[in-house]
Order: sequence, then C-alpha cells, then structure tokens
Amino acid sequence: MTEENVLTAPRGKDAGADGEPLLRVSGLTKHFPVKGGFPIRRTVGAVQAVDGIDLTVHAGESFGLVGESGCGKSTTGRLITRLLEPTSGSIAYRGRDIGHATRKQLAPIRSEIQMIFQDPYSSLNPRQTVGKIISGPMEINDINPEGGREKRVRELLEIVGLNPEHFNRFPHEFSGGQRQRIGVARALALEPKLIVADEPVSALDVSIQAQVVNLLQKVQRELGIAFVFIAHDLAVVRHFSQRVAVMYLGKIIEVGDRDSIYTRPRHPYTHALLSAVPEVNLADDDSGGRERIRLAGDVPSPISPPSGCRFRTRCWKAQDRCGTEEPPLVRIPGNREGHLTACHFPEEPTIEARDEDIVLDPALAALEEGQAE
Amino acid sequence: MTTLTKEAGAPHPAGAGPLLAVRDLYVSFRTEDGVVRAVDGLSFDLERGRTLGIVGESGSGKSVTNLTILGLHNPVFTTVDGEILLDGRELTTARESELERLRGNKVAMIFQDPLTALSPYYTVGRQIAEPYMKHTGAAKKEAWQRAVDMLGKVGIPNPRERAKDYPHQFSGGMRQRAMIAMALVCDPDLLIADEPTTALDVTVQAQILDLLKDLQQEFGSGIIFITHDLGVIADMADDIMVMYAGGAVERGTTDEVLRAPRHPYTWGLLNSMPRLDSDLGAPLSPIPGTPPSLLNPPSGCRFHPRCTFQDRVEGAGRCVRERPLLAPDRSSACHLTEDQKRTIFLEEIKPGLG
Amino acid sequence: MLRFLVRRFIGAVVILFLLSMVTFVLFFGVPRDPALLMCGKTCNPDSIANIHHVLGLDKPITEQYWIFLHNLVMGSDQFAQGPCPAPCFGYSYHTNEQVWGTLMDRLPTTVSLTLGAAVCFLFIGLGTGLLAAWRRGTLIDKTATAGAMVISSLQIYFLGPLALALLVYQTHWFDKPAYTSVTQDPAAWFTGLIIPWVILSTIFAAQYTRMARSSMIEQLQEEHVRTARAKGMSRRYVFFRYAWRGSLIPIVTIFGIDLGSLFGGAIITEYTFGLPGLGNLAVQSVFFSDLPLLLGVMLFSASMILLFNIIVDAAYAFIDPRVRLA
Repeated sequence: MTEENVLTAPRGKDAGADGEPLLRVSGLTKHFPVKGGFPIRRTVGAVQAVDGIDLTVHAGESFGLVGESGCGKSTTGRLITRLLEPTSGSIAYRGRDIGHATRKQLAPIRSEIQMIFQDPYSSLNPRQTVGKIISGPMEINDINPEGGREKRVRELLEIVGLNPEHFNRFPHEFSGGQRQRIGVARALALEPKLIVADEPVSALDVSIQAQVVNLLQKVQRELGIAFVFIAHDLAVVRHFSQRVAVMYLGKIIEVGDRDSIYTRPRHPYTHALLSAVPEVNLADDDSGGRERIRLAGDVPSPISPPSGCRFRTRCWKAQDRCGTEEPPLVRIPGNREGHLTACHFPEEPTIEARDEDIVLDPALAALEEGQAE
Repeated sequence: MTTLTKEAGAPHPAGAGPLLAVRDLYVSFRTEDGVVRAVDGLSFDLERGRTLGIVGESGSGKSVTNLTILGLHNPVFTTVDGEILLDGRELTTARESELERLRGNKVAMIFQDPLTALSPYYTVGRQIAEPYMKHTGAAKKEAWQRAVDMLGKVGIPNPRERAKDYPHQFSGGMRQRAMIAMALVCDPDLLIADEPTTALDVTVQAQILDLLKDLQQEFGSGIIFITHDLGVIADMADDIMVMYAGGAVERGTTDEVLRAPRHPYTWGLLNSMPRLDSDLGAPLSPIPGTPPSLLNPPSGCRFHPRCTFQDRVEGAGRCVRERPLLAPDRSSACHLTEDQKRTIFLEEIKPGLG
Repeated sequence: MLRFLVRRFIGAVVILFLLSMVTFVLFFGVPRDPALLMCGKTCNPDSIANIHHVLGLDKPITEQYWIFLHNLVMGSDQFAQGPCPAPCFGYSYHTNEQVWGTLMDRLPTTVSLTLGAAVCFLFIGLGTGLLAAWRRGTLIDKTATAGAMVISSLQIYFLGPLALALLVYQTHWFDKPAYTSVTQDPAAWFTGLIIPWVILSTIFAAQYTRMARSSMIEQLQEEHVRTARAKGMSRRYVFFRYAWRGSLIPIVTIFGIDLGSLFGGAIITEYTFGLPGLGNLAVQSVFFSDLPLLLGVMLFSASMILLFNIIVDAAYAFIDPRVRLA
C-alpha cells in the first residue's frame, strides 16, 4: 500500500455500510525482544505476546476479547490503538492499513480510535481539572465544537452521568467509579468510531462495576460506537459483547457469536475457562449443573510457547498431532456461521456436567482420591 | 506435636462454644482527616470446621476485622473495643507474646496478592519452615522436611527442589499454593483467607478454591473467607455474612442468603453482578450512588442513602433515624418487615435475576 | 557474576577514557595558560614559548592526548625530571613532582578520614534511624527526626570552623587537626583526625538517620512483613530479618555513592581542616592550571566512584535474590 493510499479518506461516510468492516486485523504479531548474551548484549529471544491473530470488528459492534493474564489481550488492544507498533501483520481501519503508519499519518485516525484504561487512578492526570482532561483531546486535534469546548465538556459529563458543574474539580475529588466515567467522557470527546476498553471495570467495586458497564452499553448503543472490550471476567464480557474471541498464549483459539462461545464452545480451553467461573446458583434446586474441569498448573511462558497447539500441554485431549501441527482457526463441523475454533479434537458443543469431572491438577486429584476412599 | 502451646490448646473444652466469637467489635483509626470507623459494632460466631464467607466491597470493614482478630493492626493509631474470643480466650486484651504464639499456629492467614505477601529475600521453603520451627520447636532439618511435605501436599511439583526457590521463581498460582502451605504448616484451627484468589486467573482460581476445600476436609480448620465475589462465596462458604460500611447487614447459611436474600444491599449485589446465565436483554441494575465515607457515615441505617426501598418502611424517616439491628441467627438488618422482605424479593427482585 | 564484573569493568574503562578526553578538551578550551603562571616576573613571549615546548604544549592537542595515553599505559622516560613508570600522569607543572607519587602520598590521609568517618556515621546514623523506626511515633522518634533534620541542613564549612574555634583555639581541649601516618604514631593519627571525623560523620549520620528511618518504615508497611507477623514471628525478628533486609537496598546505594566520592577527596572537609588529602590536591591542581595533576586527581576520583558503583551493584545480588547479574 502506498502512502497516498493510506492518506486518502475512504469513499463513503461510513465504510461499514457497504460490508467493509470497521477494523480488520490480520496476521497481527507483536514480539517483545529479550536481551541477553555476553559480552555484547543482543536479542536472544522474544516474548511472543501476540502471535498472528485475525479479527474483524464491524461498525457499532461490541467485540469481546477474553483470556487469562499473559494471553496477549491487552497487547492486542494497544496494537489496535497503535500505542504499540506491530512486529508484523496488518491493522486495517476502514480499509486503510495503520499498522506501520507514522505519527503524522495516524493523527486523523487517532481521534476516531480511543482507549479506556483499567486503572481510573493512574490514567487521569492528577494536576488537571476534569474540564481540562476532557477537553484536552479537542485542543490537541484543534476541534472547536459549536458553542465552545466548555459546553461540550458539560454535555459529555452529563452523558456519562456526572454533574456538569463539576468540570472545575480535580480527579482526586471523585470516587473510582466516577473517575472511570471521566475516562469514558474523555474517550467520547472526539466522537470516536471505535473504543478499545482494556479491563474498564475490573478495578471497581461490584456495585460500581454495573454502573459503568451500563454506561458503556448506553454509549455503544446510542452513539453507535464500536467497542473492543478486553476483560478477564467472562460474565461481564458476555453481558457486553455480541461477538467474543478467546485468547490463549498470544493466539485466538476460538471466536464466535456470544451464544456459540458461552453455550456451545468447542475448544477445550474455552470449556475449562467457562467451567472455572464460580457462579451463584439461583435455581431453587441443584439441577442444571455445569461441567467441572480443573486444569493443572499455570499458563506456560510466552518466550518459548509449546509447539503446535499452544494449549496441548494442559489439555486432556492432546495427542501427538497436537504437538506437530498447529490447528487452524476454522469453522469446524457442527459450528454455526462465524464460529471458528482452532482445535484438532474439539469438544461437544455443550457446557452441561459430564459423567466424570476432569481434574488434571495432581494435588486436587490426590486429595479427592484420598477422601473418596 | 510436642510443644507447650499445642498441648494447652489440644483438649478442646468439650467443643463447647464456637471456635471464634466476635462480640460488639468496634475498630477505629485516627487519620489526618479524622477518625475512620472501620468496624462499627460487629458480632459473629464461627464453628469449628465450617466456612464463614464475608462479602463486602472496599471499605466495608471485612479486612480490618480479620487483621484485628490477629492483632495485626497498628496499635498507635487504632482503637479496638469489644470482644474477640478464640476458644473462649479473649484476644483484644491479650498480651503481644500470647498473640504471637497464636498467630500462624492456631490462627493462620492467607493474603490477596501472593507476590507481595511472600518475602522476596528468603526461599519459599524457609518461609514455610519458619513458623513451624517457632511454634513446634522443631529442628531446622525437620522443619524443612515439613515444608517440603506441605509444598507437595498443595500440589507444587518436585517440592524438594522447588523449596529452595525464591517466590519470584514461582508462578502466581504456585505462589498462592506456597502461601496456603505456609498457613497450614502448623495445622491451625482457624484459617483467615482475605481475597485469596482475587489476584489469580480464573482457571487457577478454580484450582485454588477446590484445593482449599479439599484441604479443609483433611485439616478440619474453620475458615473465614473474605471476598467481594458472590460466585466465589457461593462455591466456598457454609454461612455468609454480608458487610456494609463497617457492619454486618445480613447473615444466614449460603443457601438462605443467596437464594432468599432479605436485605436491599444483598439484592443490589445480586442484581448488579452479571452471571454466565443472566438475561441479556435488560441492563444490569446497579446500586445507585457510592459506598459511604467511614469518616462520616450516614445516620440510622448506613445503607439508607442508596436504598430504593426506604419509603416502604413504616414510620417516615425511620431509616434515617434508627439503625436497624442484626439478630444472631438468620436475619437482616433492615426495617422492612419480614413479610415485605419476602414479597419484595420474590415479586420484584427474583424475576430480574433471570 | 564474573560476566557482570567483566562487563562493568570494561564499561568503567570506557567512561574513564571519555572523561580524560573531555578533561583534555576543556583544559585547552579554557583561556588560561599554565605557562603564564610558571614563567614568573620576567615573562616574555620567548620564555612562554619555551615553557610550552618543555611541557609539550606546543604540539597539536591530538598528539598531546596520544602521548598522555601512551605514558599512562607504558610509562615514559622522556621527562626532564626523571623516569616515570606506568601509570604515568607526568610531572606536576607546579611542584615538579611525579603525579602518581603525589596521589599515593595523599591517599592515606583521605582514606583515614573517610573510613573513620564512615564507621562513625554508619553506626550512629543507622542505629538512630532504626531506633526511631522501632519506636515510631514516640518521643524518641520525634526527637531523632527533628534532630536529624536540623543537623543535616548544616554544612561542613559552618560546623568545621565552629568546632575548631571552640574545641581547639578557645578551650585547647584538642590539637589542631593534622595527619600523622597510622604506622608512625597511632595515637597522633587518632587525635589529629578526631575532630574532622566527628564533624564529617555528624552531618552524614543525620542523613543516614533519616534514610534508615524512612526506608524501614516503608518496609514495615510491606505486605510480606505483615505476613511474617501473621505467622507468629516476633516483632524483633520481623524487624531485623524481613524489614531490614529490604531497607538495605537504598542504604547500600547511597553508602556506595558517598564512599566513592569521599575516597575521591572530601574537598570541603580537607580544605576546612587543612588536611593534605586528595581533595586539597584537586583544589590545588585547578588553582595552578596543573594539567597532569588535574588529570590524575580527576581520573583517580572518577575511578573510585565507578569502583564503588560496581561494588554496590554486585552487593544488590547478595541482598536481593531477584537481582540477577549477567
């Protein structure tokens, strides 16, 4: 793609209308170098934080990205917002590849892709008033809304459910939930088309989480903003996202519509993940039990991930083939349209309790064996 | 075991009375901004071998309560009032040396973040062996062997070698296992787990929770399990105590509290938490407002500024004036009548939970 | 560890090399001709040119620098004053003495002053700091903190003359500070240095008190310290095993920097008390535009600082197992 191409605006006002997705990521890879060696330090390896992922986000859609720590979901978010530059692969925003765009080329796009961060305490400058924080993006991009920036800031504060009179206050005068609202208002200031929200509620108290989730949902629906919603909490992602991708060690191992992922998962890891979520059973009886899968150990190091399928070292179905051949992310038989799974030996599409629990953790197995006797 | 402390406690006084009884506990801190009333008139019991789940958000006083049980609060800035009885022994007035003999021995604790809760300067084996040597008088070698055994028990592969490692060489899940090994090394009667899985990934959390349950069966300890996650509490606890702004607002068995909750705050918690099977059509119903400042807590019922049901209470303004009390057994601290609580939950709350 | 040391020593040599180069360039960049100071009253352009020639200052700067490096490594017998074995910085313009020899003559004074003071301020400073942290919030803590605050805001050039005036000139309780070799007369060595030791260590001790106290208090609030308490370890054990270990990092860091710079010459202290150490030598070399001496003192001080930096970094590995040196 030539520079000319990168800079030209897309044809229609909303590229999503003619089927072109808002965001199309393909082969996205980010390796962080590991230094070492003697006597001269050099790159001796790489943390394969994100290793060749494909995903698409359509205009106005909410796309969830789940996985455990170290799976690369946050790195993916930072790559999409181009806070990081990918090692390889492309990030096409409305048809333009921004993967390696320069600062100058990125400038017009930066206002359309915004980010909301996890920690509402460290992501707001404590020495700026709320008004200044929210109007900052407008100043940088030289945007002068009708009626002035201050009016716009008040509007935004109102949208996120804060008192518009508070624009002269400082972040420390607000609670955690309110600060996260300020972060949302800042992200909305430039009328973005896409917001990448990286664990936006996980630092908040339970009762406050719901307030912020509702706010984000309102923003997404009423303003038609597409979201990439990154979180480790599966229930929150389910509530918020129409489509969900599950990541493990830098790869997307399963992606599909919400219903497919949460009730008809095929990848063993998705099964393990879902079964690990502790849940309140509100039913009056104990019927409808969920399967119980207990993996052994922790996620392997992304510096030297397992060959073939990366999950095979913790998988109860792994065979020789899994070590030699990396399973492609495809629609396997039995999957619905758009539901892709990267597994050679997929599971049945149900999360009902199995005849026998899968307990791979040796300590658990030993203790439970001992008690059964 | 052949130590004085253990022998003294060994013949439980016929199992009479609860393992732990907290009576009218008040804890307050002096800070620059004023006096923080972190725990405000709290009473509860824990029976031997049972698990009490304490649910609450930040600032509800749940962690402070448990630091106070072990006497780990800073005495210079803290005022403690009330009684904490462990096996009938008063702890709030106990001497430091007496508390030291109890800590890690009869009462052990597991903290939230195992990376910061283990010392980076000493090997995992040494950190586990230390309390064993101190409390049982075991020799170094014997204590080390005990540490290795405990590491094996909590599922650390190759424990003999891994005991020589430092915490930073362990993964997050293994560190929490080491922490559990350290807590259980002296076979405590009471284990206090303060958000022990909050910092862990969900698959690791499931392993750790199951491990704790299985170990409890083996060791027979009573557990106080503190968390903000209702799902975790449902999985772990026999009984639940819900805390808000320094006091308990509802208690009962896990089934009672989660399936037929009677306090507006518990309803709010259940409502605001998305579940894997909840209805996707409706937005979540959060609790309005924010948790109160404990520098200047609300009058009457601490929850009244955020409560949407106070206008149904008989007698106008009663929630603002009068603090509702919590009875010792299954109960909730709310001025609504029992009938009202039952019908509101069944007719207005439960349908929304999907 | 060995790899780390080798790498760091190579790095240090590179830094010293660059430093000598910068010193050289700056020296010739400053419009101050050492020849003018040397040629006395009967100065004329001829004699200045002659001095330039004798000192080698008429050669191009690159050649001079090359000669300097060559002499430093190989030694030289080209000097009129006599042979000059490696490491040869040449002969002082001012005293005509061999620079390396002068440095070695002055070194024992500086080492005696520094080591004596360091022992004092470490014991007193850390001791007071630990006591204050142990008794946090009590009268002892408040007194120590306030005292340390006041003392650390004082300066040697204020305290020094004050002590001299009171203890030496007024009351005659002590001798005027002077340096006697410890091998020659230990008693005289001790009495001659006692006042400089006390004054120097007073100010340092105050700083170490504050540092030890604050880093101990910080460590005592660490979660792993609370864990240790929660498993029944006594307060004393936790204080000295867990918290102290963590406080060592900042203390060792600052101590390394202090010791390195003191070994390079405690300039103000030596000047105040008239002790013939490296610090005095540094002042003298600048004063007389004495290039060989200047380079010698400069590089010697710099190597001391670099050396202690390496020692500190190596010490980290012993204190904190998370630090891997490679």
